[in-house]
Amino acid sequence: MTAYLDHAATTPMRPEAVAAMLPFLTERFGNPSGVHSVARSARLALDEARDAVAAGLGCEPGEVIFTGGGTEADNLAIFGVHERRGGMIVGTAIEHHAVLHSVAALGGVVARVDANGVVDLDHLARLLRPEVSVVSVMLANNEVGTIQPLAEVAALVRRLAPDAVLHTDAVQAMPWVDVAEVAAVADLVAVSAHKFGGPKGVGALVVRGGVPLEPIIKGGGQERDRRSGTHNVAGIVAMAAAVEATVAGRRDTVERVSVLRDRLADGLLASVPDAVETAAPGGDRSGKIAGNCHLRFAGVESEALLLLLDGAGICASAGSACASGAIEPSHVLTAMGVSAADALTSVRLSLGPTTTDDDIDLALKVVSESVARLRGAR
Amino acid sequence: MRVLVAMSGGVDSSVAAALLRDSGHDVVGATMKLWGGESDSGCCSVADVDDARRVAQQLGLDHHVFNFTADFDAHVVDPYVEAHGAGLTPNPCIECNRHLKFDRFLERALDLGFDAIATGHHARVARSADGTWSLRRGADRAKDQSYVLHMLGQAALARTLLPVGELTKAEVRVRATELGLRTAAKPDSQDVCFITSTGGRTAFLADRLSLHAASVVDSSGEVVGSVDAVELVTVGQRRGMGGGRGERRYAVAVDVAARQVTIGGESDLMTDVVEVDGWQWCGEAPPPSSAVGVQTSAHGPVPIATLASSSVRLAEPIRRVAPGQSVVLYDGDQVLGGGIAT
Repeated sequence: MTAYLDHAATTPMRPEAVAAMLPFLTERFGNPSGVHSVARSARLALDEARDAVAAGLGCEPGEVIFTGGGTEADNLAIFGVHERRGGMIVGTAIEHHAVLHSVAALGGVVARVDANGVVDLDHLARLLRPEVSVVSVMLANNEVGTIQPLAEVAALVRRLAPDAVLHTDAVQAMPWVDVAEVAAVADLVAVSAHKFGGPKGVGALVVRGGVPLEPIIKGGGQERDRRSGTHNVAGIVAMAAAVEATVAGRRDTVERVSVLRDRLADGLLASVPDAVETAAPGGDRSGKIAGNCHLRFAGVESEALLLLLDGAGICASAGSACASGAIEPSHVLTAMGVSAADALTSVRLSLGPTTTDDDIDLALKVVSESVARLRGAR
Repeated sequence: MRVLVAMSGGVDSSVAAALLRDSGHDVVGATMKLWGGESDSGCCSVADVDDARRVAQQLGLDHHVFNFTADFDAHVVDPYVEAHGAGLTPNPCIECNRHLKFDRFLERALDLGFDAIATGHHARVARSADGTWSLRRGADRAKDQSYVLHMLGQAALARTLLPVGELTKAEVRVRATELGLRTAAKPDSQDVCFITSTGGRTAFLADRLSLHAASVVDSSGEVVGSVDAVELVTVGQRRGMGGGRGERRYAVAVDVAARQVTIGGESDLMTDVVEVDGWQWCGEAPPPSSAVGVQTSAHGPVPIATLASSSVRLAEPIRRVAPGQSVVLYDGDQVLGGGIAT
């Protein structure tokens, strides 16, 4: 048996999404930018997909730009606005690298976070000035699962940097958080299909009316001249199906998966000596997305632990991997004040809509045995 | 046996993995990410990791990457820089073997339940009738790497397989070609992995040390020249040491604190005693006054000497050994152990 507990990395495609895309890989192969019947068939699907995505994300269809994934959406948000407006970019220290490296490339600055992985609003306020053009604050963190106080962030931005555009990377939040409602305060919202049951290589950026945006990919002028390149029709249609399924089932999924996550985290905290749960102050997980279980096991190198877990059928992860595939110390944990050595003892077990009780049973057994084995080896 | 093969992305470790697989072992490959900075093979040596992974895939083996950059910095790079700062001539590949491949990597393998590790080194591990393990030169004398493995003690030797040590380099390449491995024609790695061919040792050290100009004096103390960086001068070095008045001139002593390099002629360079610190023996320490072969560089000659507690006395004088270099002792083809020249 394999228990797949790496849904934050990617999650299996929803059957609805697979079914939705198949015709566009076969008979409905048209390029939606054409003028004939085959093209029109694809155009219809594209337009309907845009309506569905807009409904799921709480925006107008004309405010959706389809991209080649979450990273492109984040890059488009930051570089696209900066290209038009210049100015200073402000992020947070725990953004995904898609944002963090974009901020750095433009000489931007990042706001600190507290020990629980939540942006330090006082520090953010000190960074906000009239010359700030983009503020990028993720909705939920990919490693430790913390939900950021976007409404408070938006209030600060409107007051201290009124000309700035607020971007939120909602890639990890989408399966768990009502993005349409919570991200309504943001001007730009990025999502990635494969994190919520769509295929890899497709995503979207919501750009609310009036936000100036220069395309970062130039060409044939698709997406109202904001993102060129022939549409990935099959991917977009599948993403739309995944958005609909995700939004329809989200409340139930959160309820069911929270119970599984709590059983997993509580079980491991009880069975593994010196286990520490990240970003759950006093055991309170209300500030985290339901699918995230992030633990640290003192003295146990996650690189070794992940191999043992893999051998015993548990797919999990730790930190992020560099180009060579080596695990790097997490910038998120470092920003939270976790020492580099402790950061290398972390494991992220991330659950998804398909996670079962059996997955949790296996993980409870295998993780605690593997930690004991690695500790006993010394 | 469950064997974890350290796959560098080179032809030797590729063939090592193949040979072990073909002899029926349960083999997994792993590549150590050691150096996080700039290198000739690209950032994080991604190209080498790719080669290792593709070879493992071709052989049907699982492959993992271990991030040991912090250990590599602490045990290899930082001491390398410090040693140069003290006017020594360190051998970082030996420290990497000592602290990374046959310590950190071995420990990781044992933690994960492997019975042994393997590498692509050209040397041989043998077990004698009494159960003790010995390290011997590789079958290809010209490619022999036993010198850089001299620190392996019984515990490490008992858990180490060196399958290509039985082959010549030519045979390794033939085997790799037969198997269609992408690394079959890959050139051998040269020099120190963390030093680029563009910047070289000078640029690497200049970024991490303050380098100091020094005067060059002859044996009478008379200043006869200068060097830009005393930290980069190695005992035995000719380049930059002047001469040209007939006799060749060599650095015979380097004193970083005094900012002084002493030079002399070939006769001043010769010595019949090499002082050695920190012997590590593969097995039992050889008895005092043993006659041993002494090798002081990776592929150098092996003159005969007599062992003392913290030195070796050569039968015939040899050129001085730069302090910091490893002195490895042999009994025929068998490595006895070694230490660092002081």
